[in-house]
Amino acid sequence: MPARVARAARPVPNVAGGLAGWLWLAVIIVPIYYIVVTSLRPQNDYYSENSLSWPSHPTLDAYREVLANDFLRYFGNSVFVTVVSVAAILTVSLMAAYVVVRSRRRAASRLFQVILLGIAIPIQATIVPVYYLIIQLGLYDTLWALVLPSIAFAIPLSVLILTNFLRDVPAELFESMKVDGAGEWRTLWSLALPLTRPAVVTVGVYNALQVWNGFLFPLVLTQSAETRVLPLSLWAFQGEFSLNVPAVLAAVVLSVLPILAAYVIGRRQLVSGLTAGFGK
Amino acid sequence: MTVAAPSASSARTRRARPPATGPGTGRAQGPSFWMATPALALFGLFAVVPLVGVLVLSFMTWDGLGDPVWAGADNWGRTLTDPVTLNAMRLTAIVTVVSWLFQAPVSLLLGVFMAGRQRYRAVLSVLYFLPLLFSAAAVAIAYRALLDPNFGLGAALGIPLLAQDWIGNPDLALWVVLFVIGWCFVPFHSLLYQGGVRQIPVSLYEAALLDGAGRVQQFFHITLPQLKYTIITSSTLMIVGSLTYFDLIFVLTGGGPGNATRILPLDMYLTGFRSYDMGGASVIAVILVVVGLGVSLALNRLSGANRMESQMEGV
Repeated sequence: MPARVARAARPVPNVAGGLAGWLWLAVIIVPIYYIVVTSLRPQNDYYSENSLSWPSHPTLDAYREVLANDFLRYFGNSVFVTVVSVAAILTVSLMAAYVVVRSRRRAASRLFQVILLGIAIPIQATIVPVYYLIIQLGLYDTLWALVLPSIAFAIPLSVLILTNFLRDVPAELFESMKVDGAGEWRTLWSLALPLTRPAVVTVGVYNALQVWNGFLFPLVLTQSAETRVLPLSLWAFQGEFSLNVPAVLAAVVLSVLPILAAYVIGRRQLVSGLTAGFGK
Repeated sequence: MTVAAPSASSARTRRARPPATGPGTGRAQGPSFWMATPALALFGLFAVVPLVGVLVLSFMTWDGLGDPVWAGADNWGRTLTDPVTLNAMRLTAIVTVVSWLFQAPVSLLLGVFMAGRQRYRAVLSVLYFLPLLFSAAAVAIAYRALLDPNFGLGAALGIPLLAQDWIGNPDLALWVVLFVIGWCFVPFHSLLYQGGVRQIPVSLYEAALLDGAGRVQQFFHITLPQLKYTIITSSTLMIVGSLTYFDLIFVLTGGGPGNATRILPLDMYLTGFRSYDMGGASVIAVILVVVGLGVSLALNRLSGANRMESQMEGV
């Protein structure tokens, strides 16, 4: 392979590119480093120490303060909303994708087109009618007010990705299930689900991140501290502890920890989940 | 399908078939449509109904508490001549264009950089991803503290130029917003470009190398043309995304100082939920939906018939 030789013979390092790469790293890391060191700084030292220096008396006081202020309840609310929403998104989207792929009715392809349109619309713009609807349903200021619209808004992209994945399953597999006398439900759960597991994980991760970090629905559709979720609690902490910057940033760190843990464990899934449907 | 199936199964299929109630029922048509109804019902109730509802509400007066009352075209006339909303439109246009000008080249170059197989680039790519883990609220809170003129970055580094009242100065706040938007979203778009670059056949580069093309020539003659569809997909997402930046700006500046960073999505929220003018907010929402849909369709057409769709099919 002469081409490989030619390539190996020119190991000129890309200096400009490398420098730019390290510069971008600084842009990314400095704010994150600042969040972490500040959260470890005693409140009194915040005003006297250099804000980028390592704290001379590192402490977890800020974290204690946050945990003492109902942080765990907000955390629990976020877990509930995220788990219920993602479970429902995956179930209903997989069922719909199965119909789109396997049904011969014209309505199925029309359904798919409507769903595709849902991706092109900045759907957050419908927040006023959603608010009206939630009030009419008597769900205002409940966690269900966050779960139901979160599911609905996630359906277009989720169905699209699962549909594309299901299309690659050879039709013979479905036919042979039918020959064995399996009903549609059994085919869905014991054939479609296992074969599309990578796509299901991707869709699940993507939506979990969206719901976990969502801000607009909680802001508009809930009100009391009982139904407060994490992103909203950060905002509330900022108002309550306006003079205790380390505590506010400790809350930020705590809110990111579960996702950071997920990133460390399943980096590949998270990366493909985030670019779901857009990249290749 | 029944015709093609082996005879043993067709007997069973026939037995399992429900009594025919008309054309379109039965196994031959595939799974029963009601498996799709949970998704349809949820999407219909919480997405399609509100989409129609926002158009209806734009012709009604509602303070968010009582019952909406018909108002005719009042909201439209009032909102379209409201200087705050007109200013919000101008700001949205600026944010859309400038954030594209900033994010698109940076993401593309970073994506090319991350696609390299060098070990240090793989490590850097892992770190570049980190902003995507933070919620917009978290990012905004962190930057508010970091940009504090007295206790933030400028004071720490001792550089007076950096120690400005970034968020309190109407001339600077919009630039801060644009930078922080970039900090949040460039990592996502660079991932798209990284994936795009890795799809380019290596043979193209090998041929170019044989022809003596340098790094810059390779970039302009191979990488850039080959990334055409990634550029269109990423740009569509950036531009439509500009119409939804809400939480970040809401927490970072609240639209201020004054109305210096009050872009349309924020204007919609503040009009509806702070001024209790849901009709006016719905007018702004309709504008957002129409512009977003228009931009998506136009870019989709530009890229050739449904190219974005078929690119998605490769997932």
